[in-house]
Formats: sequence, C-alpha cells, structure tokens
Amino acid sequence: MASLSDLSLKNRIFMATYRYRALDPVPFARPRFPLREARVALVTTGGVHLPSQIPFDDEMKGGDVSFREIPKDTDVATLGIAHKSDAFDQAGFRADRNLGFPLDRLREMEASGAVGRLAPRALSFMGSISAPGRLVKETAPEAAALLEADGVDVVLLVPL
Amino acid sequence: MCHQTVGLIAGALERCGIATTSVTMLKEVTVKVRTPRALAVPYALGYPLGKPGDPALQTRILRAAFALLDVPGPGPVLADFSAA
Repeated sequence: MASLSDLSLKNRIFMATYRYRALDPVPFARPRFPLREARVALVTTGGVHLPSQIPFDDEMKGGDVSFREIPKDTDVATLGIAHKSDAFDQAGFRADRNLGFPLDRLREMEASGAVGRLAPRALSFMGSISAPGRLVKETAPEAAALLEADGVDVVLLVPL
Repeated sequence: MCHQTVGLIAGALERCGIATTSVTMLKEVTVKVRTPRALAVPYALGYPLGKPGDPALQTRILRAAFALLDVPGPGPVLADFSAA
C-alpha cells in the first residue's frame, strides 16, 4: 500500500493542507445485471490519448478536467501518456499501459464470458486535478451521460 | 489527486444509476473522498494493477474489484486485495 508519506516533500506539504472533496451523501447504484450479462466501461485517470487526439494540458492551473474517448478496439501500446506528474513512478505504466488502462484484460474477460460486453468506448481523464470544480459540475456529468447513452451498466475506474 | 478524481467521477456515474468499482493505492484519500466502491491494493503509486507484463495478477485484481459489486452496501465499500 502506498501512503502519502511516500510522496516528495513538495507534494506532501501540498497534500497535508489540501481539503479533499467528499461525496456526501454517497450515491450507490446497485448493478442491474450480474457481471457476465453487464455492459462494462473503463475509465482511467492516466491521461492516455490516441496519437490523433490533442494531448491533455499538463501545465493547466488546477488541472485539465477534459477527457478523451478511446475506442474499445484500440491497441493500447499506441496510446500517448500526457500525465507527467512527479508524484509517482511512471516506468511501469509506460512499459505496459494495461497497468493503468487494462483494456486488454477487459477484452480477455469479455472473450471468456466473465464480462458481458465491453462498451464501445473507454474514457481517459487526466490526473493532477487539484481544482475539481469544473470536473464535478461539467465534465464528470458529461462523461456519465456518454456512458449512459452507450447503455453501460458497470464502470471500472483506475487511478494512476 | 488521481484518487480524488476517480471518486468524483464515480459519484457522477452512480448518480446516473451506473454502478462503479475502482482500485486505490491511497486508502487514506479514498476514505476522505468516500468513493462508492474501491479495492485497496498493496502497490506503489503508478502501479494500480500490480506489475507491468503480469496479466495473471492484473486479471486477479480486476476480478476482486468487480466482486465488490456483489456487496449489498450501503456505500462506501472499501476492501483490501490480498496478493497471497
């Protein structure tokens, strides 16, 4: 398990005084179907993008709250990574995108029948969003509406 | 910050009736944000699914994260992944 005490001094000082946003109340949807019948989508905060897409802006104050759509048949090795945070070691993710964007694993689970169907698109957000106001008000609800339109029942979220 | 973002996006999805599950390397942040469902993994930041090039371990973590969907709730649901 990682801990905040593993972070660099700069990051520790920032995190020590940071006030996290809490969900209150905690929304809690029951799955409509067992996993083997459900449509499943993947959401990462690894900042991955298709080579044809404009990368996230790593310099934006408060963080870049936009997201990118990644088609389910994408070769994950071709994805760019815009997340250049110094808060963690990126070597593993750069060696194997599945570490934070496990699209290959989910395709295998779909093929084996463990997962009903994989949604047509996965979504990629950026990490390092310290000012999440627009994320909460705009881009997260937009992302939820897109996945709802795709008929998604279950979403797996992976932070980096 | 990634962990807060995951919790807030999960909140937006759950409010639309979409069930979510997630992985966390920073339990202390996930507890503060009150992420609806999260599997705590014993790995460093940047390594949510354990090890690069280890599909068997990655799949075990994913199965454990999806298993949280069977917990009746109410949320937040937070469980530890055991690599043993």
